[in-house]
Amino acid sequence: MTLPIPDFILLNKGPLVFLGVSFLKVCVVFGAVMGFAALLTLAERKVSALMQDRVGPNRASVFGFALGGLFHPAADGLKLIFKEDFVPRWGDKFLFTLAPLLALFPVLLLFAALPFGNYIDIAGLRINLQIADFNLGVLFILAVSSLAIYGAFLSGWASRNNFALLGSLRAAAQMISYEVALGLTLVGVLMVYGTASLQDIAQAQGELLFGWLPAWGIVYQPFAFLLFLAAAQAENKRTPFDVVEGESEIIGYFLEYSSMRFASFMFSEFIEIIVISMLAATLFFGGWQVPYLQASGFVFPWGTEIPLNHYLVVLLQVGSISVKTVFFSWLLLVIRWTVPRFRFDQVMTLCWKGLLPLALLNILVTGVLIWWLA
Amino acid sequence: MERPAHELPKNWSLENAGDGRLLLNMGPSHPAMHGIVRILLSVEGERIKDADVEIGYLHRGFEKTCENVTYNQVIPYTDRLNYVSPFINNVGYALAVEKLMGIETPERCKYARVIMSELSRLTDHLTCLGASAMELGAFTVYFYLINAREDLYRLTDAVAGGRITPAWSRVGGITRDLPDTFAADTAAVFKKVRANIADADRLLTRNPIFNGRLRGTGKISREDAVSLAFTGPVLRASGVPYDVRKASPYLVYDRFSFDIPVGDAGDNYDRYLVRLEEMRQSMRIVEQALKQIPAGPVNHPGYGVTLPPKEEVYGNIEALMAHFKLTYEGVKPPAGEVYQAVEGGNGELGFYLVSDGTGRPWRLRVRPPCFTLTAGLGRLIKGGYIADIIASFGQINMIGGELER
Repeated sequence: MTLPIPDFILLNKGPLVFLGVSFLKVCVVFGAVMGFAALLTLAERKVSALMQDRVGPNRASVFGFALGGLFHPAADGLKLIFKEDFVPRWGDKFLFTLAPLLALFPVLLLFAALPFGNYIDIAGLRINLQIADFNLGVLFILAVSSLAIYGAFLSGWASRNNFALLGSLRAAAQMISYEVALGLTLVGVLMVYGTASLQDIAQAQGELLFGWLPAWGIVYQPFAFLLFLAAAQAENKRTPFDVVEGESEIIGYFLEYSSMRFASFMFSEFIEIIVISMLAATLFFGGWQVPYLQASGFVFPWGTEIPLNHYLVVLLQVGSISVKTVFFSWLLLVIRWTVPRFRFDQVMTLCWKGLLPLALLNILVTGVLIWWLA
Repeated sequence: MERPAHELPKNWSLENAGDGRLLLNMGPSHPAMHGIVRILLSVEGERIKDADVEIGYLHRGFEKTCENVTYNQVIPYTDRLNYVSPFINNVGYALAVEKLMGIETPERCKYARVIMSELSRLTDHLTCLGASAMELGAFTVYFYLINAREDLYRLTDAVAGGRITPAWSRVGGITRDLPDTFAADTAAVFKKVRANIADADRLLTRNPIFNGRLRGTGKISREDAVSLAFTGPVLRASGVPYDVRKASPYLVYDRFSFDIPVGDAGDNYDRYLVRLEEMRQSMRIVEQALKQIPAGPVNHPGYGVTLPPKEEVYGNIEALMAHFKLTYEGVKPPAGEVYQAVEGGNGELGFYLVSDGTGRPWRLRVRPPCFTLTAGLGRLIKGGYIADIIASFGQINMIGGELER
């Protein structure tokens, strides 16, 4: 097992190198996330179309080539930019403008703590493939994601619309409740790996259980994974937990928003899908780990070794987390298009009477098992 | 800038309106209100304390318009009543006029009318269940059911030449006989409809979320449902086995064996189940009717009722005169009044017709099933959550066309 590479080694090379490398990583991650989120908007429409016996979007074309609707994200973006930027007359204009930023900013910030690879040796530098290696990464994620409540709450409050206000109330109640459940489902994982740093957790999942089984989080905490998936879907405010939006009931907290302000709400929802998928992959499915892939190459339990170039290993690791993220994003889309919506009180009941006690039970069982095995 | 105080609607009838509760104006511009119903709510948190349902946004003056056209010219207007089950309206109106004239159509016509009515009931229920599932967030189910409806529309299109506005029935007959391949086409379409209904059934009926949304919401007791004059699936879900097809059989409904599904809880879930089963029963009826349907003419032979065949119009003077009179003045039922009810998609669809002996109805009053249902909507949603409005409103299947005429 390779030890995590603290960022301060880079810092020793001088602050400019550190800043430059960090800036580069931010750019790469930001670009990848935004690109993937844009594709996800198309994927949502295509996946739903496939599930519903439809063709899906295929009209936007460049020089007659539609490429299966690949230009639709760009067309959607262009359309939204040219829409009227509407501010309700009686609303609070400052908060109304602030809310979309508060919705988008925290979810983007979350990627700072999510590792997308182990490390890469390049130009004499060893670069940690994570924007910032917090030793309290999980807590950072929980803390920052709870900031997103402000975006949802202020938007409804500032719109001065009764439906939007109802949506905000629902959003605040639901997100705060599920924040608790989400945090508690993760405690089991923290107990198993004994660390809150996401990079450390990913590293630890490279070990083998019984000499052949990758020590992924799902092996230790299968029940916590299911709870996490439910809580995360609720935190993301998508069907079956989309009571906050409830497009046919109260239309949602962003009822009064139009143009790019609306787009930033929509976009933050899609980015949240990526966050959840990456988090699920990192905590429960080995993160960037490829089974039996060590820093030097593949080492299979039956003794076969395939040495690989360092860059190929890095590529495989980054590819691994990408594939897992795509898979979980797809899973979340499929869930979203399969089930109907809960009622608001049912969502809250599920959280406080269902997920929360189960998460606590999971912690208890995990604790007892760790104590018993130790 | 300070916001001006709420201006209350003029015809407002909420209790305790001024005590600081949040007032919600739901609709007519609201995704679930179909753009034509407005519900004024006073809510406490998410609980509905009082509700006032207001209609009238789609009033077209159907009844008055009908007084100015001939009896047969009314038929296209009836398409626009319940536009998801237009054949039932066509047939119901034609039956009313025929009853007034004291004539009966040939056997084949009666069977054809039964078949098309039941296909219309299928499209009606498919739309209702699909739309209400969509409003509850189950978007995929909507497409499964609407795809089935699309196939049925193609089938009825082949008969009548129109998808949702067929104008197919006539006083004393029908415009076109069923095509030769109709029985085979129907069998093929039913296979797909059954598969799609089974898909929806598997996705919804035992789905805990769907159950949680529908069970116990929009509840109404047997007595209340009767006293509010509810009919159709909503009444049957409350446990009253009243169906016009059984209670006072018209056409040839007494010759088929079919069941009337009845619920007992009177909630939205029972309404869903009743509709689901009614679709299966409708297919049963159509299959029996296709087996029994006799050959022969479809139009009443009388010269004063339907247009005579073209050969006779050119060949003899009586037919020519009948053609002329029918085209210019229309059929002329004797003076009198009748009430004819048929089982529409939503319940008893009645036509009350008064004739003064001329070629135009003196008065035509429609008893739309969803008028009473919408009138009782306030009672269904009071005390529930805001989200329950969507479930209840979806299940009473309010159709603007027939509600406001």
